[in-house]
This record gives sequence, structure tokens and C-alpha cells, in this order.
Amino acid sequence: MSNTFLGMPSLPVFGSGNLNATEPFPKAARRELANTQLRANLGHATATIRDKRLKVVAELPDWEDMRDSGSAIKDATMANLPALLEQFEANFTVRGGVIHWARDAQEANEIVTALIQATGESEVVKVKSMATQEIGLNEYLQEQGIAAYETDLAELIVQLDHDKPSHILVPAIHKNRSQIREIFLREMVDVDPGLSDDPARLAEAARKHLRKKFLSAKVAVSGANFGLAETGTLTVVESEGNGRMCLTLPETLITVMGIEKLLPSFTDLEVFMQLLPRSSTGERMNPYTSLWTGVTPGDGPQNVHLVMLDNGRTAALADKMGRTALNCIRCSACMNVCPVYERTGGHAYGSTYPGPIGAILSPLMTGITSEENNSLPYASSLCGACYDACPVKINIPEVLVHLRGEDVDSTRGKVKVPTQMDLMMKGAQWAFSSGSHLNLLEKGLPLGKLVAGRNKVIKKLPGIAAGWTQSRDIPAPPSQSFRQWWAKEHKPGSAVGPGTTTEGEQA
Amino acid sequence: MSARDEVMNRIKSALRDAPVAPEIPRNYRRDSHMGAGQRLDLLVDRLVDYKANVFVVPAADASAKLAELLAGSSSIVVPHGLPESWLAAVKNDAGTVRLQVDSPERRLTVEELDAVDAVVTAAAVAVAETGTIMLDGSPSQGRRVISLVPDRHICLLLAQDIVEVLPEAIARLEPTSPQTWISGPSATSDIELERVEGVHGPRTLDVVILN
Ligand code: SF4
Repeated sequence: MSNTFLGMPSLPVFGSGNLNATEPFPKAARRELANTQLRANLGHATATIRDKRLKVVAELPDWEDMRDSGSAIKDATMANLPALLEQFEANFTVRGGVIHWARDAQEANEIVTALIQATGESEVVKVKSMATQEIGLNEYLQEQGIAAYETDLAELIVQLDHDKPSHILVPAIHKNRSQIREIFLREMVDVDPGLSDDPARLAEAARKHLRKKFLSAKVAVSGANFGLAETGTLTVVESEGNGRMCLTLPETLITVMGIEKLLPSFTDLEVFMQLLPRSSTGERMNPYTSLWTGVTPGDGPQNVHLVMLDNGRTAALADKMGRTALNCIRCSACMNVCPVYERTGGHAYGSTYPGPIGAILSPLMTGITSEENNSLPYASSLCGACYDACPVKINIPEVLVHLRGEDVDSTRGKVKVPTQMDLMMKGAQWAFSSGSHLNLLEKGLPLGKLVAGRNKVIKKLPGIAAGWTQSRDIPAPPSQSFRQWWAKEHKPGSAVGPGTTTEGEQA
Repeated sequence: MSARDEVMNRIKSALRDAPVAPEIPRNYRRDSHMGAGQRLDLLVDRLVDYKANVFVVPAADASAKLAELLAGSSSIVVPHGLPESWLAAVKNDAGTVRLQVDSPERRLTVEELDAVDAVVTAAAVAVAETGTIMLDGSPSQGRRVISLVPDRHICLLLAQDIVEVLPEAIARLEPTSPQTWISGPSATSDIELERVEGVHGPRTLDVVILN
């Protein structure tokens, strides 16, 4: 197939599965904000990773050069995606691997299920993977009578607790050691009843719990961090060795990978394997990285499959401005620096992809018209910290603003009567258009104090502003405005004032 | 239309604005400016930081050092291509240490690997800056599984195979060989971000650098 598109330009086909939030961000965020335990755990965790990341990034004199290379390599990947996919496919296949293509979550789930059923097994071990989370593979397999065991410690904790991950990198970031101990005591058979909450003891318990599973598993399911087109090589980056167990011991290995995960050449790995660990865990290198190319006779799984997943990625690719979101290498640096994420946690974003990248990637993949995801581009203060932290320089704030525009455009047609927001904006326009208008409004300030009552906070604002006060209090306004104070202090002839101000001219 | 053709068509349709692939700048460091001694010191520093045990010995002492480290182990596994000279002293200890060789002719089972105390392998190359040791499945390093299942991994590394930065190592590796990159022993930070060494992989990593 040539690189030029000859068919009819098709409309974007959006993704499904766990990409869609089950409820809009503002609603979920309000609930999560009430969880003080979550906020304490998160605050501690994100601050720790932030510090570690800054330290190891500062060690490298060429960090910015590497970001530039990483960003350009990914842009080039997207521009050449059809040819690179074909190259990857040819190289992976010639070495004994089998490639399957999946248009959406449902199709990917069906392919994986059929592959497992063909082995006659009803159990699989799993390496942590965002792609399988996205398509809801575990739940699907369960419906088909196949048990999928998560083997990453954090994923195991979340799975045992029948909970959802709340962070890309540290899925159980919202749980502390005593909560984890309780989960283990409750859910693990054969666990030592005297188990302490020392992290080393807890990790030991997980090791014992999974060891037999690893040594007897016949089928494993994984994701992939990178696929190298030039050689047909797949890569998994991890810490605990659970990845190596799954990638090495079973007879059959099924990998699910988004089509955007390619890098053109083996050499490109030298950039990304420096950017990724430092950005994500703040380590110079993660403990284990595995690379495999199709089947290696006598070493590792002899039935090697790869499911190439679209599920909305092509829709994101069709958005000229938004397509850079596909450059993401899932390091999670952006969420660790995000003030919104730090307070709401990952669950509030609903979709599999939380934080700043989730706020753009999810609506790009499901379409901004998705009711559940159209509030995500507003889940940001646009402070820009995510852009600074991103190892591949994805300009997340710019895409957020672009998507907000898309959202407004998509709803504009539907709105007939002016909304409260329209009226407020009209009001603001009037107020700020002239100093005298503003002055008139400021005369109302003492009223605000009255509303606030004696503890000097306003707990509830009426109308559209109610949403804003539902999750926070605001201090009462002062009894006079700065402009009023200035006018008083700088009366003609006043000793301190540099001169007079004429109302309405220098607001 | 097959799923493959349909996805390909969607991609091509999405790219109908024909974006131009940018020139890839490669201004990051791609080769070393350090002397051999500095590289060795840096690697030791990094490995110790990861809680690996590091020993730097003259190449001639490899066998003696290995025997010393293995005193107290009852069984070990080695890949069939491990240099014979490294094992001389261990073999003399016959009766105390049981030596099993994993080879294409006789591949040890997972149960056999699970029962041994330690595995001894060589390494292809190591990156000083990141503290990373790379195994590429060649006969002196063996199958991926042998360095995974035993709880202790003793890795012998020639000082001349230490490079400073990752790009130098990448240039030396054969891309399609099954690789394992190791930076310290198995570790997790999943519980309150407190690093704990040893979950599923070998809990002890001993690195013997032959100078
Ligand atoms: S957007 Fe950038 S910072 Fe955020 S997870 Fe992706 S690569 Fe990391």
C-alpha cells in the first residue's frame, strides 16, 4: 500500500471502552475533593516524585536537546505512520510474530479472547498496561470466563480492592500502607495474619501471592512502551520483574499496543529510554527493560501475538492541532506537576487517562461532543506546568484551549436563549468597559461582607457561580476596593499622593 | 474491508493535510568524554545507589572472587557459554556448590531454576551514567529466564565493556536479540513511594567488574 490516501476522506471514527468518563469531571471532582485522605496521600506522592524528577533531570547537560529530539522523532512518526506501521509489521512477522488489527475496544477484546481460548487456558497473567485498561480487557475476559491476574504491585492492590487505578504510573497512589495491609489481609488467601504495614513486608506478601501464578502461567498479556519499526522490536519498561516474568515464562504472549507507540529506528530508543525513566519515576533508569522481536527460538514465549489498536487514535490524528497528544509516552510527569490533579486525583477524570494529558487525549479520542468528556478540557488552570514537564514537549495548554473552542463551537448551534454565562460575560463587559461603571459596582462591596457573615467566608454563591463555591469557600470581599482606597488616600493636596486621579480614566 | 485496511485508511485520511516530517536534531551527547577510570567509578557509584553489591577486581581474580561470593550457596546455574576460566575455583569446590549448566541441549525447567540459590552470567555492555547492565542473550549470558527466576544474580562485567552514555551502548547492541536491561535489583515504589528492593526479580544483584 502506498503512503498516499486515495479513498474517500472518512469522518473520524471515535474510540470506546473506558475512554469515556462515567460522569462529568465537575461532578466527580466535587466528590473526590471531599476525600481528605486521598488528597493527603496524593500531595505527598506527587511532591516526592516532582523533587526526584527535578534532581535527575538537572544532572543531564543535554536534557533540553533530548526533549527537542524526542518531540521531533514523535512528530516524524505521526507524519510517516502508515509506512512505519507497514515496516514494523513486516519485521515483526518475519521473525515469527503474528499481528492483528483492532478498530475499536470491542474488536481488540474479541481478538485477545479468541487467542486465549485457542490455548485452552482460562487464566492469564498481566503486565500493567494502559491500552488494556482503556479497552476494559479484564472485565471483558471475566465475562468470557477467563481470569486475568494483574501482577504489578500497585495494579494488584487496586484489583484486589475492586477499585480503579488513579494514576498512570502509581495506580495505587491514593492508598496508604495501612489501607493496603487491610486489603491484603482481606483478599489474599494464605496471607500471614500478623502481616505488618511495612512496605517491605507488603511487597513480600505480594511476591508470595504471585510466585506460583508466574511459574505456572501459560499465557500472558502485556502492553508495550515502544515498538521499533526498523527492527520490529517491542519494549516493556518496568521495575519489579513482574513484567519480565510475564514476558519470559509463558508459552503464549499477547501484547496490545496503540498504533501511535512506534518509533522509527532502534537508535531512537537512546532518546526515549533517557527521557522516560527520568520523567516518570525520577530515576536515572528503571530497574528492568525487556526487548523482544517476534519469537526467539528457545528463549521466551514461542507464540507471540501483537494487537494493533486504533480505538480513537486515528480520530485524534485527524485533529491537526490535537494530534501531538499522540506523542505522549505515558510518563505521567504532567499529572505530577498539575495543581488540579494534585487536588482531585485521577478518578475525577473518569477516563483511563487522567491528568493534563487525559484532559486532551480522552476528548480527542472520543470526540468533544461526548457528553461525559466535554468538560475535561476545562479541568485545568492553564498554568503551563505540564508543558514544561513534558519530555516530548506536548503543548497541553494550547491543545486545551483549542478543545475548549471546539466544545463551544459544538454547543453553540444548540443554545437558543442566552445562558447565565452569556449574561455574566455581558455584565463583565459593561463593568470593565469604563472606570465609572466599575466604581458603581464596587459601591456594592460592603454588601458582600454582609453576605459572608461573621466568619468572613462566603460558602455559597447563587446561579452559575454556585459550581465554583460547591467545592471551595471564598473569603469575603473587603469593605472597600483598591480604587476606592486609592481615591481616598490620594485626594488633591494629600501629602502622600503623587497626584490626583480622575475617576474613570485610569482604571 | 479488513480491520487492517480500514485502520490504514483512517490513518491516511487523518493525514490528508500531508504533514511534513521534521528534521530530527541529535544534539544530545552521543559519545564519551570520560576516561576508563572515570567511567568505572561512575558506574560503581550508580550501582551502589541502586543497592547492588559491587566488587572491582583484577581480571585474573575472577574465579577466586566468584568462589568467594558463592561460598554458602548450595546450587548455582550458569549459561553454557560462560568463560570456563571464571568457573575454575568454583569447580574445585565441587561437593559444596552444585553447578548446573543451561544450554540449548538441556534447558533447565522453571522448577529447577526456582530451586537454585544463584545464577552467574556475563554482560554485553554497561552504561555508567545510568547504572545499567545489558544482557543480550548471547551464550555467556544465556536465556532471559535464567537471570530472572533465581533470587540472586551475580553478573561479571569486563571493564572495557563500560560506556559512559546510553547511545554508545545502543550502538553496540544487536537490536533483534532478546535483551534485558538491568539497573539494580528488582524494586518497587508502589507503596507510599517508598523504595523497596526485591519483588519478583532477583532480590540480590552482585556485580563483579573485571578490571
Ligand atoms: S503528556 Fe508528556 S508529560 Fe504527560 S504523560 Fe505524556 S509524555 Fe508524560
